[in-house]
Amino acid sequence: MLAIFHTILARELTLGLRRKADVLMTLFFCVIVASMFPLAVGPEPALLKTMGAGIIWVAALLASLLSLERLFSADYIDGTLEQMIISRHPLALIVFAKVVAHWLTTGLPLVLISPLLALQYGLEVQDGLVLVATLLIGTPILSLLGAVGAALTLGLRGGGVLISLLVLPLFVPVLIFGAAAVDDAAAGLVIEGHFSLLGAMLVSALILTPWAVASALRISIE
Amino acid sequence: MNINWFKYASPASFYPLAGKMIPWFAVPAVILAVIGLIMGLFILPPDFKQGESYRIIFIHVPAAWMSMVIYLAMAFWAIIGMVWNSRLSSMMATALAPTGAIFCFLALWTGALWGKPTWGTYWVWDARLTTQLILLFMYFGYMALHAAIEDPRRAARASGLLAVVGAFNVPIIYFSVQWWNTLHQGASITPTKSEMAASMASVMLIMAIAAWLYSIAVTLKRVRCEILDRERHAAWVAELSTEAK
Amino acid sequence: MLQVSGLFCERGDRQLLNGLSFTLKPGQLLHVRGANGAGKTSLLRIIAGLLLPTAGDVLWQGKPTQQQREDYHGDLLYLGHLDGVKGDLSCIENLRIDNELLGAEISEASMMAALEKLGLSGFEEVFAKQLSQGQHRRVGLCRLLMSQAKLWVLDEPFNALDVKAVGLLAGLIEVHLERGGMALLTTHQDVPLSTERVSEITLGQV
Repeated sequence: MLAIFHTILARELTLGLRRKADVLMTLFFCVIVASMFPLAVGPEPALLKTMGAGIIWVAALLASLLSLERLFSADYIDGTLEQMIISRHPLALIVFAKVVAHWLTTGLPLVLISPLLALQYGLEVQDGLVLVATLLIGTPILSLLGAVGAALTLGLRGGGVLISLLVLPLFVPVLIFGAAAVDDAAAGLVIEGHFSLLGAMLVSALILTPWAVASALRISIE
Repeated sequence: MNINWFKYASPASFYPLAGKMIPWFAVPAVILAVIGLIMGLFILPPDFKQGESYRIIFIHVPAAWMSMVIYLAMAFWAIIGMVWNSRLSSMMATALAPTGAIFCFLALWTGALWGKPTWGTYWVWDARLTTQLILLFMYFGYMALHAAIEDPRRAARASGLLAVVGAFNVPIIYFSVQWWNTLHQGASITPTKSEMAASMASVMLIMAIAAWLYSIAVTLKRVRCEILDRERHAAWVAELSTEAK
Repeated sequence: MLQVSGLFCERGDRQLLNGLSFTLKPGQLLHVRGANGAGKTSLLRIIAGLLLPTAGDVLWQGKPTQQQREDYHGDLLYLGHLDGVKGDLSCIENLRIDNELLGAEISEASMMAALEKLGLSGFEEVFAKQLSQGQHRRVGLCRLLMSQAKLWVLDEPFNALDVKAVGLLAGLIEVHLERGGMALLTTHQDVPLSTERVSEITLGQV
């Protein structure tokens, strides 16, 4: 059981390393989106400080959305996805390995770059750390939920736009609690509650979404 | 009495049954809606705080309720369709979506109209309106996915799965938006701060029942179209069209 | 033993399979024939569990395949139109992943031997995307040497192969049948196999 998880994870990471451009593109996209806002709303430091956490969260959300379409499509086109579906191992486990790899190559870099963005918006160091922590818990949820959308829209024309339509509403709770934790930390409020809620969402997503993705892939492969 | 319910799970026998059922829901729906609207709009006295504008809640609230219920009903039929592999159930889910979306839109629209005299602006990020907006996006997502897939069976199965995943998220979204709203101390649509008068409650109830009946009638109608479309090569549909000629 | 009973399949507006039934016993090969669009690929995908039939059952060892998905897939080897070979991975890396997916658990040396047998020695570390179409296909065919599956479902396996590889593949199928394996295949070529094990069905005939 663990061997297959390990093999698929290693496969995905190898492929990720061989297509570095894809990984970097996601990262740059996030930075660029976050940099557009000050140009649009003006460089008022106080304004940027209050909006910072929200903007960085939305930018991370859009960036991880952008990378979702690639999650299954390459494997779908060359037939390796078929072989995974008819493998003797549970598809949910294979899917889970793929999503973990997806997060390691897109979500984690976003988490790592977020302190830089926090600096751009003049967040206090402490609040910046809270932001990093919320992204660390929140972005895996985005990858897991997003995988459902990616699996459902596999092989459809205009799949990328459709994924956004399907999964953005589902991202709302993560966005709300993720961004609010930073705001509340800045206001000096207790934020343990936010983290327990995000953690609960992560745990339920970890348990439920791999099955949903596996069913969605079986439907989409037909 | 022993009715074989499974008999009606086949599209061929459900089609005429649905046809017979539609008037039984549609006629009371119209009657109740007319009664409810006359009472709500003309007979009940104006609210002492909000004046005449409060009357819009007789449409707004039932529409908001209905839009939530219909999403859950969609997920319910989708689950039945998945577990028993029944085509009729997935057709029910598909048929419910447009009605749900319309009610959702109606709730948003009436909410905005109510907002203008009450808050002085058409749109406020109120918890209920925001939830409605997200729900509307979810309806659009469902219908867009269904429309994007050509193969009718894949369309039904994929959008059904989406409805189930969405239904799991509806309560989470609802509570997170509620919480977000109290955090930012936004406004909220509540009819009157004092307890609702009994006459108001009864009109609301009449309108809600009318909305239910209307939804059922319209959904049955749409299921009939869906059945004809999907079974157009079946022998019984061919017989039906020769009979009509 | 593979049993197919009362299989119906619709694609779009067309009825492809109309209550198809057959039984495949150990050591037998079923050659599925039919014109283009007769539903050969759909039938094979249904048997592989990639496509849900409109009605009917596929039974493996007497049990519906959907109730024993992972066990059944452990006994199954499916090669479709797509090779299932990743271009950004080298040949040997592709085989390592197939080894795990198939649950074959064979050694690195056996994988090398499989590549060699299919005329790919020297290409072990070459990215699959740099191979020719025929070589690419052969990487996919290595699965036949690696897996211990009892049931082979092969969709147009002879496509894009040269004469030598066709002979090799035919030989592999023959050995598989002699060992008591079962196979279903579609091909537009004549099957280069001894005929006593081969039965045929033709789809699309009323």
